[in-house]
Parts: sequence; C-alpha cells; structure tokens
Amino acid sequence: MKAMVYRGPYKIRVEEKPDPTLEHPNDAIVRVELASICGSDLHLYHGMMPDTRVGHTFGHEFIGTIEQVGSSVQNVKVGDRVMVPFNIYCGSCFFCSRGLFSNCHNVNPNATAVGGIYGYSHTTGGYDGGQAELVRVPFADVGPSVIPDGITAEDALLLTDAFSTGYFGAQLADIVEGDTAVVFGAGPVGLAAARSCWLMGAGRVIVVDYLDYRLEKAKSFAFAETVNFGQVDDIVRHLKNATEGLGADVVIDAVGAEADGHVMQHVTSAKFKMQGGSPVALNWAIDSVRKGGTVSVMGAYGPLFSAVKFGDAMNKGLTIRTNQAPVKRQWPRLWEHIRSGFISPRDLITHRIPLDEIADGYHVFSAKLDDCIKTVVTPA
Amino acid sequence: MPYTADKPGITPSAEALRARIPGWGADLDPADRPAFPREQPGIVTGAHWDLPVQQPDPGQRERSVEHRRLTPVFGTAQPLKGVAGAIRRYAYAKYSEGQAAHWLLLVVGDRVDAATAHVKSFTTLRPDNPLTESGVLGERGRRPVASRVGRGRIDLKHAWMDPLLVFGPWVVTAVVAVRLLRRIVRRQMR
Repeated sequence: MKAMVYRGPYKIRVEEKPDPTLEHPNDAIVRVELASICGSDLHLYHGMMPDTRVGHTFGHEFIGTIEQVGSSVQNVKVGDRVMVPFNIYCGSCFFCSRGLFSNCHNVNPNATAVGGIYGYSHTTGGYDGGQAELVRVPFADVGPSVIPDGITAEDALLLTDAFSTGYFGAQLADIVEGDTAVVFGAGPVGLAAARSCWLMGAGRVIVVDYLDYRLEKAKSFAFAETVNFGQVDDIVRHLKNATEGLGADVVIDAVGAEADGHVMQHVTSAKFKMQGGSPVALNWAIDSVRKGGTVSVMGAYGPLFSAVKFGDAMNKGLTIRTNQAPVKRQWPRLWEHIRSGFISPRDLITHRIPLDEIADGYHVFSAKLDDCIKTVVTPA
Repeated sequence: MPYTADKPGITPSAEALRARIPGWGADLDPADRPAFPREQPGIVTGAHWDLPVQQPDPGQRERSVEHRRLTPVFGTAQPLKGVAGAIRRYAYAKYSEGQAAHWLLLVVGDRVDAATAHVKSFTTLRPDNPLTESGVLGERGRRPVASRVGRGRIDLKHAWMDPLLVFGPWVVTAVVAVRLLRRIVRRQMR
C-alpha cells in the first residue's frame, strides 16, 4: 500500500509499505477514504516527540471502510463506512470502564502516562496511522462508529479529533452562563473550542492568535472577538483590561508545544527540544484567567519538563483541567448539533490534497502558507 | 473593577446571544455535556471481555518499566533495530517515565535513527531528496511571499532557523565526508 513515511525532522515522503495485517482477534483493517493533518502532527514532523521512528506513518484523523475484521469482531462488519477516534482503547481497563478512553492502560506498552494514538510515535504505542491507503484498527468493537446518515464525510473526519477535542476543551472549562472565555490559538482545535464555548452558554468569547487570517476565521466561524497578540504590547495586560481588570473566567490553551510569543521559549523547545513544549500560551492562560478561574489545556505537549509558571497558578487558586479528548463520547451530541445546524466542522477545511503531495501539505501547514488552517488528504 | 462584589463589565443577555449565535446555550445544562461528569463508571464501550486476549509478541517488545506486563495490544509499526534501537531499548529498560534520561535518550535515538537512515538511503535506488521530502517545492502557487511578508508574523523572528535545521545536517555530513575522504586519499598517497 501507499503511505506517508517519516524520514527524520522536517522530512517525509510517500512509500510503498506492506499492507497491515490482523494482529489480534479484535483488529480490523480499514481502507482510508479521507485523512487529515493535525496541528499535533507538526510536533512529530518537527522531531519534537520522543521515539518517533524513521518509517513511521502519521495520521490520527481518518475515516474509511472496513476491509477485514478479526475473529472476535461483532459490532462492525466488512463494508461498514466508519469514523475512527484518534484514541486506541480497549474499553475494559480501569480507565476505559470509567470513560477515560484516552487514558487506556491496555494498548501502549511504551508509556503509562499516555494511551494509544494512531500514527503518533512509539511513545503512544507504535501504531502506524491513517495517512495511508490502509490502516490497522485495534479494538474494532470499541473505537470505530458507523458514520450516521446526515453526517458528511468531511464532518465525520473533523470529529475524529479536531472538533471533538475543541468541544471537549470547552466542556473541561466548566463554563456557566455569561462566562467570559478566552481561547489561545485559532487553529482548528481553538476555533472548535471557541465555537463550543457558545454552546455551553458563554457570554463572551475572545480568540487570541498572531495570524490575522485565522483571526478572521475566528470571527466568521466562531463569532468571537479577536486579539492579535503580535499587535499588543502585553497580551495579559490587554486581556485584563478587556475584562475590567478581573481576568477571564475560563481560558483554553489550544496551542501547545510550539507556542510563539517568546523567542527563547519557542527556540529552546521547538527548535532545540530542551523542553517538552513552549509553554508561552499556557503561561499567558495562567496569568490572564481570573483568580479562582479554570484553565483548560487542549494543546499537546511532549513528555519532557516545560518552564510553566506554576506559582501563579497556585496563588490564584486555579483549576487546571486537561486530557486528550475521549472523542467517541462526544460524537452523539455533536452529531445532534450538526443535524440541528448549530455547527459545521467541515467549514474549517482550507486545503484538499492527494496523498502523493503530502510532503508539500505538511510544509504548507507548518509554514502557514496560503492561509492554511486544515488540510484533508485523499489516499485514493 | 473587581474591588467590589459585582462582576465588572456588561454581559449580553441570553436572548441577545441566542439571536446572534446558532445553538447558543444548547449545552448550558451540564447534564447535556457528554464529558460531564468526566468519570462515568460502567459506561458502555462495546467491549465484551474483562481483559482482552494477548496479542502475540513477535520478539522482545520494549516496554516502559512502569508497566507490569506487556499490554494486551500494542503497535508493531517499526520494531527496534540497529544502533538507534539499542539506545531506545536501553532507555526503556533502564529508566522510568519519570526520569528525564528516559526521554532524552529516546530523543538521541531519534537523531541517530534519522542520520543512519539518511546514510543508508544512499545505498538504495531511492536516496533521500531534501527538496521533495521537505515539501519546500510546495511553496509554488501557495503565495510564499504574500503569506509571510507584511502580515506581522512574529514567527519570522525564528523561521530563519528552519532551513539551517533542515539542510544543516546535510552540509555538515558532506563536509565531514569530504574531509574523511581527503584524509584517506592523503594516507594512501604517502
């Protein structure tokens, strides 16, 4: 089969690889219809995630058709058109049985601190991902869902991670009616989080980024106020002024490991890998949320330490809520919202490319060319 | 200002927000939020086992020392091999996830892996091509100048490092190779 393959930092190509096989009785093999490039794929692409091996195929956002199933699979069948959550999980361990699907203990021998994720290095279990023609899907009875009627392929694709993660981030913020929510990052997850804050009853939603084209999207897609932090002297002071000195009730970090805004933080983490991630957005979140407020962290960070201003978090009495999103739990409600016309995840897509051009796709996304926000990849 | 009990500022009314934002307040009740409460013991998952059957281990599958056993299911995408594999295996066998050495060794393994793969690629019919693999050719038709210039992009303060990071190792490798070659030739000519 044809698959995207990692060759080292900033280098990928398309190769012919052996087709995946059933390795466990509850495995399925899915023929990929659509995949997409996630902002967190860039952390791998830039060499930031430990144990990213040459030959690895990225891609944790994909939908497709089931082509083979293992002997114990009973909830899906060959020919089903399915959306696959980015989490790989068993459904039965201590964590899964409580709904913490992203924290499964039975799928990732390489680490206990993170569950299984498709195409996200061996630190998350060593599974090849969906930027390929075929992919092995473990626990087919647990993860994939048949794409329901009325949900388009592109909406389904966006629910496999980006939109569901943003929606989850808004939930973790525990918004109550009238809250002021600030979202750092106007990438797909941040835009989805901002849009979702309104569903939870926010009174104001403010999106912060430095890319004007993404802030324009925040206005049109998420109905948000916007701030370009590159155009203000001090973003924390700006946000305090915008909230009459109080600070935001909730702040969502939808940036993660490669945050800009402080050259040393960015360079020491994103370029020289001396930190697990650049905590610029997280530190701004801690400083701009009100005392007693909530910081919801959806941005992905690596497992190494980062220079986080934890003293401020403690002194302000903050609630910090985090997790990789257990995306399948979000789907029934998000399907309802799509059918009701409240949300349209596919509106985040700006670029569509064939798999053969995926190296270009990564570069364009990474360099933020051509007003790129979300790129969809078609293997066929 | 927050020096008195009232929340400062003006918040639009629910009616005004509902009129302006499609779906405003649809999930106002936490009971309608699928991740509330975050832990839901007994949640239906589709699993029909208490403990999944064990996937066969094709070899010495590395695992975190914090795991008491090989997990029932695991990825087999790129098994450990070569010098990079030895470094990674040592990192897994020796250090827990709580120790920086574990992760730093894995990063070293990644760099060794990438370097050896590049060198090996020159013995194949498809050597690494930094132009096509970096995706830089994708700049054509994607407004490379207009996307960067005059837009106040603060990432340009460090973006100049990217070409050095991408092409630097190639230049260093070439310089080292030429020096080595020159030294060998000189020795043979003596």
